Amino acid sequence: MNEYSKKMLKVPTYTLLREQDKDKQPVLDVRNLGIDFGGLTAVDGFNITIGPTEISGLIGPNGAGKTTIFNLLTGVYQPTRGSVLINGIDIKGMPTHKVNKLGIARTFQNIRLFTDMTALDNVKVGMHNGIKCSFASSVLHLPSYYRSEKQANEMAMELLDFMSLTDVADQKAGSLPYGVQRRLEIVRALATNPSIILLDEPAAGMNPSETTELMHQIRRIRDTFQIAIFLIEHDMNLVMNVCEAIAVVNYGRIITKGTPDEVRQNPAVIEAYLGREEGKTDAEN
Amino acid sequence: MAMKTLLKNKTTRTNGITYLVVIAVFAVMQVLNGAGLLGSSVKGYLVPICVYISLAVSLNLLVGICGELSLGHAGFMGIGAFSGIVIAALLQDTIPNDVMRLLCAMVGGGILAGVVGFLIGIPVLRLRGDYLAIVTLAFGEIMKNIVGNLYAGIDAQGFHMAISTSKMKLGEGGKYIINGPLGATGVQKLATFTMGFVLVLFTLFVVQNLVNSKEGRAIKAVRDNRIAAESVGINVTAFRMKAFVVSAFLAGMAGALFGLNYSSVTASKFNFNTSINILVFVVLGGMGNILGSVISATVLYVLPEAMRGLQDYRMILYAVVLIVVMLCTWSPKFKEKLSIVSEKIKSLFWGLFKKKEAGTNE
Amino acid sequence: MRIFQYLINGISIGSVYAIIALGYTMVYGIAKMLNFAHGDIIMVGAYISFCVTNYLGLPAWASVLAAMAVCTVLGILIEGLAYKPLRGTPSLAVLITAIGVSYFLQNAAQLIWTSSPKNFTSVVTMKPISLFDGQIVITGEVLLTVGVSILVMVGLTLFTSKTRTGKAMRAVSEDRAAAQLMGINVNRTISTTFAIGSALAAVAGVLLCSTVPTLMPTTGSMPGIRAFTAAVFGGIGSIPGAMLGGILLGIIETFSKAYLSTQFSDAIVFSVLIIILLVKPAGLLGKQVQEKV
Repeated sequence: MNEYSKKMLKVPTYTLLREQDKDKQPVLDVRNLGIDFGGLTAVDGFNITIGPTEISGLIGPNGAGKTTIFNLLTGVYQPTRGSVLINGIDIKGMPTHKVNKLGIARTFQNIRLFTDMTALDNVKVGMHNGIKCSFASSVLHLPSYYRSEKQANEMAMELLDFMSLTDVADQKAGSLPYGVQRRLEIVRALATNPSIILLDEPAAGMNPSETTELMHQIRRIRDTFQIAIFLIEHDMNLVMNVCEAIAVVNYGRIITKGTPDEVRQNPAVIEAYLGREEGKTDAEN
Repeated sequence: MAMKTLLKNKTTRTNGITYLVVIAVFAVMQVLNGAGLLGSSVKGYLVPICVYISLAVSLNLLVGICGELSLGHAGFMGIGAFSGIVIAALLQDTIPNDVMRLLCAMVGGGILAGVVGFLIGIPVLRLRGDYLAIVTLAFGEIMKNIVGNLYAGIDAQGFHMAISTSKMKLGEGGKYIINGPLGATGVQKLATFTMGFVLVLFTLFVVQNLVNSKEGRAIKAVRDNRIAAESVGINVTAFRMKAFVVSAFLAGMAGALFGLNYSSVTASKFNFNTSINILVFVVLGGMGNILGSVISATVLYVLPEAMRGLQDYRMILYAVVLIVVMLCTWSPKFKEKLSIVSEKIKSLFWGLFKKKEAGTNE
Repeated sequence: MRIFQYLINGISIGSVYAIIALGYTMVYGIAKMLNFAHGDIIMVGAYISFCVTNYLGLPAWASVLAAMAVCTVLGILIEGLAYKPLRGTPSLAVLITAIGVSYFLQNAAQLIWTSSPKNFTSVVTMKPISLFDGQIVITGEVLLTVGVSILVMVGLTLFTSKTRTGKAMRAVSEDRAAAQLMGINVNRTISTTFAIGSALAAVAGVLLCSTVPTLMPTTGSMPGIRAFTAAVFGGIGSIPGAMLGGILLGIIETFSKAYLSTQFSDAIVFSVLIIILLVKPAGLLGKQVQEKV
């Protein structure tokens, strides 16, 4: 397993910042991140810097540790080594809900919507910390309750409209088709007013036309909200077309980072995905 | 216009219906009572019914809406009952007005239960599911055990409290309020049906408002998917705590009313079986369904009382009814059969109706 | 010396809890439900044993066998009629049904045997062993209870690890859907579990009433709750956990009654339970399962 670390190519230390992101504080700054489960090292030496309006991708074979990295970035797991800085603040020891308040929101690989609630309510839950209404006002339904609810409703509808989901606003989230659920999860993440969103396989289970639509929407999210997007995806067409920078991981370590073109031609990436002659079955799994 | 949109909203409508049903039933009972049509036994049920409705609605907040199984709700009820009795006794001279004193006792009982709920919640709410259930069960038993060995009384020097007879020294002319295993005796019955009605309205108001606010959405979100709720910035523990404390507070208020409805109350009244009974009200009424809790608490409280004529067969029938209702409402097979039967009855009915119509035509 | 006597008494009552807890744990592990009626099956078992010895005049061993047979049938019947139709529904629905069954059994017992307590004659005829000039007394009941509980635990462990049915049980408890796909008859496995659990409950009932000889329709409920906490204590779903939890609970109960306070023994026992769960949320020997994100 550690063969790779020996053979690993030197990881370039520069990031691929967009012109407008230069000289700005990165929204996500990850240094030497690692986690062990028991004796097993799941992620090690993971570094990445993401600019405020960058779309970056995280790819790698199944079981490479991509979702584990997302869980580390959002405070679901506490790292064994290294640090994660969101907008310059170290998330060390913070529970997930506090990490979210720093400006990071995510979707899940196996969709995690509030299935018993309507699509609209799902979005409103996402807006929870943005709704200004005290506990007393909530219990007593004071005027500020009606005001804040009205505002929240309007904003939630706007967000749903952004991903063309207004038609399903009143439907239970659990009853929606798969692709719609994925988009609703993105809207819910956006509702927390983040500065970066992590998308865990946003195109999984989508048909080609839905995927194309999603690609436009991802770009539109970045352009409209001026936020960074970091996504895990197996659909190479989507990754290569949407992402400005791509990091490739295998066995919990970064193999390479670069522009889509650089990554495409990197022999280590090809090896990780296709395997060497004798390691073929590894990659196929 | 605003009214129109309000009516359009489904949740507002169901809430309104709940209030209307409760108010209508209260009005009918008051009229019947005024006309002297209510027997003394029925009158005796009125306050406990209100108490159990409040308990069921408050437990529904915890079990149905927050999704946390609690088997110790009677513990909070007991805390409310005994602290309410003590408060009422202490305020005997300060507040001569019965209604005001009852109100103080209820609020005091509620606050104390809420505080205990908070203190217990800090360690306990780290647990989930069946483990939380067993810990709440344990808590209920601890409370019953402690309250059952509590002595409290007043004399010239003031208020005394102890957990053993030997340590309890009351001066000349002192009076026991709570007397250990004998419970509270000589309680002045302050509870009234009107106050019970007010309590039910208050409970409904608090729970329904809470459910339809951002707090309620967060609580439901925590139930539906804890990890997703955390990921959108919801402090899961805080919201479970809120639901727990509000539920305990309301149970404490109901308990105080209950305690002040009888001349003597023992701690064993607030045991595991009572907790379970309240839970049965909630589950049969429908998880998260507030009006359902109100109806099932009423029906299930009255049912065993109404079956008193059956004597020994009463509780066994109650058990059978409980099992059958659970099977009919939850079992997929039973549901299917039930729908087939109801279809048949419907078609039979329609068939008869059509024949009749044909007959008249001739 | 007295401390040893208390320890022996604690282990003795703890062994009864352990046998009941084994039934709880097995049913929970496989059917994923809290069978609140388990305590009442204990009571039924004790009544059957009582009737067989007192009315039919049969020897003790026959009464135990009869109790086991009746309880096994009862367990299978209850499972088939009340729990099976609810398979796959939320656990709360099954819990309430179990409570209904518990009410039913208690009140049926009251109808048949009335609520006045019966004086249970111990199944043990052995004379107590006196040690150190009577400072420590070991009764035949103590020996029998401890012996039976060890036998049951060893037997169950062997059963679940060696036999086909036992392995099927473990598979169902691990992943019901996968077990079904592997051709395991899940319904029959669950019925078998209930049968075994109920037979154990009958044994526990006889042992319980041999130690504490008053028999009433509510006899089973408090030991039932105690044993349930014992199962949680040790880590619900784990056979050695149930054994350990039961015996520890018995010891804690006896010691707190002897040294701390008789009135507050309930509060102490349950406080210890809460503390253990806070320190080890899955119980002493339970498996901590982390939710996958």
